[in-house]
Amino acid sequence: MSETIPITIDGVEVQAKPGQTILEAADAAGIYIPRLCYQKDLVPFGACRVCTVLVNGRPQPACTQPVAPEMVIDNSSEKVQTYRRNIIEMLFVEGNHFCMFCEKSGNCELQALAYRFGITAPKYPFLFPKREVDASHPDIFVDHNRCILCARCVRASRDVDGKNVFGFVGRGPHKKVAVNADANLGGTDAAATDKALDICPVGALMRKRVGYAVPVGQRDYDTKPIGSDIETSKAK
Amino acid sequence: MAKPKVATTSLAGCFGCHMSILDIDERILKLVELVDFDKSPINDIKKFTGRCAVGLIEGGCANEENVEVLREFRKHCDVLIAVGECAIMGDIPAMRNMVPLKECLDEAYLNGPSVYNPSGQVPNDPEIPLLLNKVYPINEVVKIDYFLPGCPPSADTIWQALTALLGGKPVELPYELIKYD
Repeated sequence: MSETIPITIDGVEVQAKPGQTILEAADAAGIYIPRLCYQKDLVPFGACRVCTVLVNGRPQPACTQPVAPEMVIDNSSEKVQTYRRNIIEMLFVEGNHFCMFCEKSGNCELQALAYRFGITAPKYPFLFPKREVDASHPDIFVDHNRCILCARCVRASRDVDGKNVFGFVGRGPHKKVAVNADANLGGTDAAATDKALDICPVGALMRKRVGYAVPVGQRDYDTKPIGSDIETSKAK
Repeated sequence: MAKPKVATTSLAGCFGCHMSILDIDERILKLVELVDFDKSPINDIKKFTGRCAVGLIEGGCANEENVEVLREFRKHCDVLIAVGECAIMGDIPAMRNMVPLKECLDEAYLNGPSVYNPSGQVPNDPEIPLLLNKVYPINEVVKIDYFLPGCPPSADTIWQALTALLGGKPVELPYELIKYD
């Protein structure tokens, strides 16, 4: 058995390792595949579908699809980019993302993806759902308006923190993150030091009293697009 | 040849985007050489005096007057630009969209902690524009050609868009100028 699996991403031959997913192989080769629910230290979940690529012409989520020999992967055609742009726009209209007063603005991965894709306005009508804010915990709060159901907090709390604080309830538009206490977040053993808090890509799960520590304009994605760290690793 | 005309208005917005237009600083002298301002709060012209090349719209549609003004703009302008997040997604005014309109009015005029209203009347004079059931982004009411995101968009974003259009080019914003905050 050979030690590497040859695949092609956007016409570039990449030597992937057995057991790697398409996304891991692309990262190692310095090719950025946009993603939201994927996080390096967590079990892949395949929730957001932003990392959709065409594998031999068929759409597949790059974060869960393992590499196989002779795969021809399309990560940059207009068709693939349109899929992704539509998903990002849908995420914006189905929640209440008020960027101008969100503490996460500039560090938000959803916003950063929209910036990277040059989205100036979503083409879908806004739904303006009625959602709650749970500020019952002394140190942290959950703003369901901003939640995109990526399950990063669910996986981090379960696998890294070992607390199982978060989980999903409901279906379709009623689906939301719930906590493992009868009342609300204040009744759980969640703490401000939990990995689950660092890992939220948007401003849904936040620490209290640390807002605006870094001024707007100097934040992660204010000057460089999301994914440029992966792309520059290729240049070296 | 007559200079192209630019019209601006503020619907349900805070005039922050107009402040951002003024914030183009000394370039405004160059802008005045390039265009004439038509209906706009900047020169206080209330009615269109003719066909405009560009209409800049700040704010979303919160009442029937906003819709009327917006439709007038669509009728009189070749290119309509949504300026700022209120025009694009409703923003702060749209935060009432999660609350039924009656509850909003009751809170404002009857039940609010600082309200003194012995007659118990909610203002209903026919002169006051009727509120819509919710605040609408302007592209849900008329066709919009370009969007300048930001709260407000930077002066550079507005300058970039205006000069591109006046030079006959499409509006293309570089990464640094696309901001939602």
